[in-house]
Amino acid sequence: MPMATAEDEQSLIARILAGERELFHELIRPYQRLAYLTAISVLKNVGDAEDAAQEAILKAYRSLAGFRSEAKFSTWLVTIVMNEARSRLRKSSRVILESLDEPSNANEEFTPALVADWREIPSEALERQELSSRIEQAIADLPQGYRVVFMLRDKDALSIQEIADTLGLQPNLVKVRLFRARMMLQKVLTPYLKLHSSKGKGRFSWMGGKV
Amino acid sequence: MRLDCKHVWPYLSDYIDGSVTAEERAAIEQHLEHCEICSAILDSVHNILILSADDRVFHLPIGFGDRLHARIEEELKKAIVPEKNSNGVDDGSLDE
Repeated sequence: MPMATAEDEQSLIARILAGERELFHELIRPYQRLAYLTAISVLKNVGDAEDAAQEAILKAYRSLAGFRSEAKFSTWLVTIVMNEARSRLRKSSRVILESLDEPSNANEEFTPALVADWREIPSEALERQELSSRIEQAIADLPQGYRVVFMLRDKDALSIQEIADTLGLQPNLVKVRLFRARMMLQKVLTPYLKLHSSKGKGRFSWMGGKV
Repeated sequence: MRLDCKHVWPYLSDYIDGSVTAEERAAIEQHLEHCEICSAILDSVHNILILSADDRVFHLPIGFGDRLHARIEEELKKAIVPEKNSNGVDDGSLDE
């Protein structure tokens, strides 16, 4: 996660624009992962995502003076990456472009996988290499309109409003897609997670940091 | 407000994000208190989010940072100063 404060960033940007161009390395380092994740949410392919992220970062450098200090640098960058990735997708795809508008199964009812309980500690679960591949695959298999929203929210940690602004969607639609994406992943991935019996305590302990 | 299971599910995502109203929150928690099924679903969704957010999922390609910064360096060497503004007008928004 980016560590620089908005003021640090503002002064970095001002110095870069004033001629200390080398500082762009420093400005972008906390966000290079964000750029890659955003690109792969659209393009799926690792190599394409890297190319698009690189190109978008260079574009960000070239148009750095266009950045408005009221905006967050992260969302500004995400928008540039998103545009770059989407334009590449349009150029490359021979199939009909899967729309960022309503996915075709939008009217299906979403029901979660029913589980007795699940108690595996997430960080330990990821020690199983195949689980991270399964998760990546499950995310890649989401309809694009859901996948992008999911990645921006749950990997890039953008707010609902920021995602709405970036994608040009209503916040409510972003929420609905996020809900569906999460439920689809729950349904697909739950069978691969180990079941543990519930002790019935500490159920909401994880809510502390989120709410 | 009383909720049955099916009506709780659509709220779980917003509940995890903390973006439900106080009334909805109370109703959801009241339901979760004595519904093992929905509690387990909530746990599993939440855990999947933790797993998905982990850096080991979609880890950066090896050498990504090196290649990126090499390209940036090339760009910097071109000695093109970033444009003052996309429309060519300096509106002073970055002035200190």
